[in-house]
Amino acid sequence: MNRRGLIEVQGLSKHFGWRPVLRGLDFLVQRGEFVLLLGANGSGKSTLLRLLCGLSRASSGVIRIGGWSLPEEAQAVRAQIGLLAHRPLLYENLTARENLDFFAALYNMPPAERMRRRDDLLGQVGLAGRADGLVRGFSRGMQQRLSLARALLHRPDLLLLDEPYTGLDSAGCALLDELLAAASKSGCTIIMSTHQLERKPAHANRALILGGGALVYAGQVTGDLADRYRQATASA
Amino acid sequence: MKTPFISAVRAIVSKDLRAEWRSRELVSAMSLFALLSVLVFSFALELDKSAREEAISGVLWVSLIFASLLGFNRSLSLEHDQGSLDALLLAPVSRAAIFVGKLLGNCLFTLLVALVLLPLMTALYGVYLLDSWALLTTVVGIFGFSAIGTLLATLVVQTRSREALLPIALLPVCLPFLLTAVRATKGIIGGAPQSEWQVWLQLLAAITVIYLVLCLLLYRFVLEE
Repeated sequence: MNRRGLIEVQGLSKHFGWRPVLRGLDFLVQRGEFVLLLGANGSGKSTLLRLLCGLSRASSGVIRIGGWSLPEEAQAVRAQIGLLAHRPLLYENLTARENLDFFAALYNMPPAERMRRRDDLLGQVGLAGRADGLVRGFSRGMQQRLSLARALLHRPDLLLLDEPYTGLDSAGCALLDELLAAASKSGCTIIMSTHQLERKPAHANRALILGGGALVYAGQVTGDLADRYRQATASA
Repeated sequence: MKTPFISAVRAIVSKDLRAEWRSRELVSAMSLFALLSVLVFSFALELDKSAREEAISGVLWVSLIFASLLGFNRSLSLEHDQGSLDALLLAPVSRAAIFVGKLLGNCLFTLLVALVLLPLMTALYGVYLLDSWALLTTVVGIFGFSAIGTLLATLVVQTRSREALLPIALLPVCLPFLLTAVRATKGIIGGAPQSEWQVWLQLLAAITVIYLVLCLLLYRFVLEE
């Protein structure tokens, strides 16, 4: 494992055409950290998460995960990453159980472990009773819960969450907090983007604040984070 | 650790078949379109019996290619619109496995349409199309243009005007399939000596292999942002 950090980002920039979205980001994330990625709408949070999981190519700069460079060595790190994105990344014409079975097969999980893990996760996200329901009949919140189960299915070392509270009711939010706390406790590194500071999980220990595509704060989650966030986003 | 190629392909194909069994969106739309095309051609060529017999292999292949356009577009749109293509790309599976999985699914759906079309055309046009060589030609041709169709549908699925772009991109590159498949089928159903049509079938198989290899090599670039 890389001795510097699980995630190492240097001089990372991303342009869409002529429009810069991310500008010269530098940061390190250590193994086991729970990092909040904060920023207003359009500040580049989702783009950064897509770059970190190798779904997008940087315009310039370096990303290393566990010592492997992205996107060149993405194959080596894919199995270690779980992503909960804006869209559910599920198949509407399959049941909840079939969706998880499909992704477990893609992650080459042995059949016995696949069934055990699938049933455990469906129970944990409160969908055990709807396991044989088609995803197209699920509410947005239920889809989000199933997406979380999909992201956790292969026990990733790095969990990337893009606005994970979207569509969840208060019970769903509490459930998400509980699952994230458990994942964090088991050593999983978590990066969670949000623009809703009031919903930040209690166990988050670091924050990165993006403003206008630049990193305007990287440090501990402190009591004055809300003020820092307001200042950073106002000045960006 | 990468998931074995065969396991990944099997998972993708069975997922596509199961999803289609539930929704019946793809095959029903493709079959209906192909049936309507054949009927329209049948009426249009009604008055001239010899022209109808001459045109039957062309009608078959044009109907199959147009129907498959609907299928390729829809198959990849379903992956793209829910973001599940991203989930596939995040999994530790090779891009070639994703390509082959999607290709086999698309190929099976088009073969199902052909299974409906061939007996119907035999009845409508009074020409026996269920000859084993004609069936082989159909399988090889469908496999070949499903390969290029899957590649190009993946390329255009991220664009807003994908429904318009896919035919524009696909039809020109389908011409080698159309030419060789039509000539091979025409020779077979017309009762020409084997030496006359065999060369077209061999050419069709060679084009299929070349396109398949090219698609396998190019697919990972198509998937990149």
